[in-house]
Amino acid sequence: MHELAITQNVVDAVRERTGDADVRAVALEIGKLSGVVADSVRFCFELVAEGTPLERATLTITEPAGQARCRTCGDEFDVDDLIALCACGSADITVARGKELRVTSVEVR
Amino acid sequence: MCATCGCSDDTGTRITALPVGGPADEGSASPEDHGHGHGHGHGHEHDHGHSHEHDHAHEVGGDEHAHTVLLEQRILAKNDKLAEENRAWLGERAILAVNLMSSPGSGKTTLLERTVTDLNGEPPVAVIEGDQEGHLDARRIRRMGCEVVQINTGSGCHLDAEMLRDGLAALGPRQQSVVVVENVGNLVCPALFDLGEGARVVVMSVTEGADKPTKYPHMFRAADLVLLNKMDLLPYLDFDVDHFTALTRRLNPEVTIQQVSATRGDGMPEFYAWLGARVSA
Repeated sequence: MHELAITQNVVDAVRERTGDADVRAVALEIGKLSGVVADSVRFCFELVAEGTPLERATLTITEPAGQARCRTCGDEFDVDDLIALCACGSADITVARGKELRVTSVEVR
Repeated sequence: MCATCGCSDDTGTRITALPVGGPADEGSASPEDHGHGHGHGHGHEHDHGHSHEHDHAHEVGGDEHAHTVLLEQRILAKNDKLAEENRAWLGERAILAVNLMSSPGSGKTTLLERTVTDLNGEPPVAVIEGDQEGHLDARRIRRMGCEVVQINTGSGCHLDAEMLRDGLAALGPRQQSVVVVENVGNLVCPALFDLGEGARVVVMSVTEGADKPTKYPHMFRAADLVLLNKMDLLPYLDFDVDHFTALTRRLNPEVTIQQVSATRGDGMPEFYAWLGARVSA
């Protein structure tokens, strides 16, 4: 349940920028390989936002798919999990996309 | 509400120093009796991180229409900033902090007991214990004559950088020493939170399934060293060491894997050499 802590960090990060202003929408990016479950964040958000200016905000989460780069042959390819093999046979890959964990924007009034 | 994990205050983080030879040594009196209650009070500032709270209020206040503010901020930015501060603090003092992680029951505390005894102060080792509740592990470590601080996370499932900062303040480790941080037994959540440690060690025992790296890839990918523990039990188990090693390497090609038995001592000198190389580095 680290999603509860992650969601608390989201609310804290937003409030650091928007103070007591009424927040209407929050947009997050949670990559598919980030280790954070977007659905759990949605569940926790209601709980954590209660009693804050984010209480009535709608939450939008985009989930960038995983992409890896092979350190042996330099090829880039899509991955669904961290246990990926390059077509060249190498397991020495770096995750290029899919580990995002960001608040991209908020809408305030 | 705790700003870190959202847990309520009465079950929130508590930090308890258990001095060697202290009054609670043999369990007749419980450390709870002498504890410090809520642990966020060990005499350093707690207000940083909030300094920007109102800086931008006028930027958005008084506006008739809703508008969008681009943040592009990493969700864990605050934790990561605190972790970097911890890393700098430790670096200035030439202290190696080891984030020790595993599932419950893999033998972390037994491994620590033997490590503290065998190293015998060269280099000096101090321990920060993370558990949801209780001081059982801290008492075990203190019996070895080792300085130890217990962090109880309450409902929290992992340690974070703020808890380590407070734990270090309570522990006061000496220069050129090793601080082993025994994280909450959990293969999921601790992988995501940088504490500011110098090395990440994952303990895995042969009584667990050899396919654990596949099930908990974030943890094994984050490791600098994987200790495969309880090797003395291998003859009685159906654990495929080669399969485990291959899965781990596939996730993390550069990881060091060592086979140990914390109860018998097999393989422990190699672990001490690994630690020693990082203390002097």
